[in-house]
Amino acid sequence: MSQFLQSIFAGVTVGATYALAALGFSIIYNASGVINFAQGEFIMLGGMIAAFLAALGAPLALAVACAVIAAAAIGLIVAKTAIEPARGAEVTTLIIITIGVSMVLRGGVEVTMGKGGHALPPFSGDKPIVLAGATILPQSLWVVATTLVVVAALALFFERTRLGKGILATAHNRLAAQLVGVDTRRILSVSFALSAALGAIGGILIAPIANTSYDAGVMLGLKGFVAATIGGLGSGLGAVAGGVALGLLESLTAGYLSSAYKDAAAFVIVLVILLVRPSGMFGAASSSRV
Amino acid sequence: MTEAAPRTPLVSSRASRAVWAPTLLFAAALVVLPLLLPNAYYLDVAIRIAINATLAIALNLLIGYTGQISLGHAAFFGLSAYGSAILVGEFNWPPSAALLASAALVGALAYVVARVILRLEGHYLAMATLGLGVIASIALTNEVGLTGGPDGMSVPDFSILGLRVVGEKAWYWVFAATLVAAIVLAGNLVDSPAGRALRALHGSQTAARAVGVDASAFKTRVFVLSATAAAVMGSLYGHYEGFVTPGLAAFPKSVQLVTMVVVGGMASIWGSVLGAAMLSLAPELLARFEGFETIAFGAILVATMIFLPRGIAPSLSAWLQRKGS
Repeated sequence: MSQFLQSIFAGVTVGATYALAALGFSIIYNASGVINFAQGEFIMLGGMIAAFLAALGAPLALAVACAVIAAAAIGLIVAKTAIEPARGAEVTTLIIITIGVSMVLRGGVEVTMGKGGHALPPFSGDKPIVLAGATILPQSLWVVATTLVVVAALALFFERTRLGKGILATAHNRLAAQLVGVDTRRILSVSFALSAALGAIGGILIAPIANTSYDAGVMLGLKGFVAATIGGLGSGLGAVAGGVALGLLESLTAGYLSSAYKDAAAFVIVLVILLVRPSGMFGAASSSRV
Repeated sequence: MTEAAPRTPLVSSRASRAVWAPTLLFAAALVVLPLLLPNAYYLDVAIRIAINATLAIALNLLIGYTGQISLGHAAFFGLSAYGSAILVGEFNWPPSAALLASAALVGALAYVVARVILRLEGHYLAMATLGLGVIASIALTNEVGLTGGPDGMSVPDFSILGLRVVGEKAWYWVFAATLVAAIVLAGNLVDSPAGRALRALHGSQTAARAVGVDASAFKTRVFVLSATAAAVMGSLYGHYEGFVTPGLAAFPKSVQLVTMVVVGGMASIWGSVLGAAMLSLAPELLARFEGFETIAFGAILVATMIFLPRGIAPSLSAWLQRKGS
């Protein structure tokens, strides 16, 4: 029982990070129809920049804030310099562009911060809390609580603010959104900055638990894509549910089946789900036009 | 009724002339090339380009002509390389039989995969193919007893009818021949009624179905053909390199292949050759920018796709046509 509980705790913690990454995927997909293969690099950037600044002696809060802002700024630059000029290109072309961007970001971190692993100190100590026979790290509570706050803030943003509504309107119908005065180009930039910030937050939260390095983003990004697909691309609720479900699945696989095949479990389950429901758990069924 | 249109002799002869002239020229260039290359290192680079070009042509049939993305194609390449390595190295099969068996197995696997996943479209198909590729490379990494795990395993020399293929010189001719064969076969396929059906599928599946193209049958065939071609190349590559690692089947290799297709030009056979040449040479040329090669590579990729979104070969030929008229 305590091992099961332990797996659940670990799964929810990792799942929260996946949920943030998946939200990033969905926001960009909604705003532009692009699957951003550089999303994982923003997770890596968040953890790396925060750890780098903290190692230089910056207070934790400052390091975290700087990392999120830097990631958002980089996301904005990516949208302006790489995605916006290629508007209207085919999906595969856009995929290659985001892959190119991910290489630039990974290479940039490798050159400036080195190839070694970095660790961020835990936000409030590393003394495990014992709960019903299982232990839980204080950092896990930070991860889950922060993710809940971020998701709630996002929901408010999309429902209450003009900009948030503009993003939803653009996702629904770009032309119609333009007709009612939404600046869809600005929406693109905003959604990239927002997704980058979300990824970075996830990366920062998980950095004290799992060490981070310049190449950590690839797998994390793929997992975010898996989570977004499980939930249904473009669905916010789906992204969060998909992220948590994926985290749980992974930690249960590692705990009960095989830790070597933990990473494979994510891809097996996404295949099964795609075959049963080709548009994900919460995605709308699509119909194509001639 | 699967053919989109009856084949008329006029179209066929004109088109085949257009295909044959550059192909013969290219084959002649491949014959002369080894004389110009100063040492084995350059021959090795040429071999790698030929392998990648053949793989890119096979993948282009799927991505460029049929409009179905695969982000896991390296899995077929890698699995077959391991198939040959295991059958020859552990079970002492003759290499040619092992190659055929591996290609057949991978082809059968591709058939099953195609039947199941090709009803997915767009990003969902990308996710599914990516997932299969990742699963294959994780399996190759973890089945240590069979595959040697992350360290990989060595592969004996290739031989056929008692003739051993050893050294860059011999292998150059093998891979030059497979490349020319791929160009000819892909050219013929694209120019056939089946090729027109494929392009109709790329344009719109619904419209293609409406004019009588059996969409799922065509997609399945191209997928299997493309995967089997990758499998044959995988087996040969394993023998050439003398060593296989799980990286052959991994996501970065799949991405590299897709990149070659897209940068060179979708639905362009010569584009795939060009794309493979550029992307195989780039790491060699960029290696001197120690540490900065990843940044440079990514930046070149982004710039190429922004300025030539249709790829290099189609943009080049459009530019030449504009100049000519």
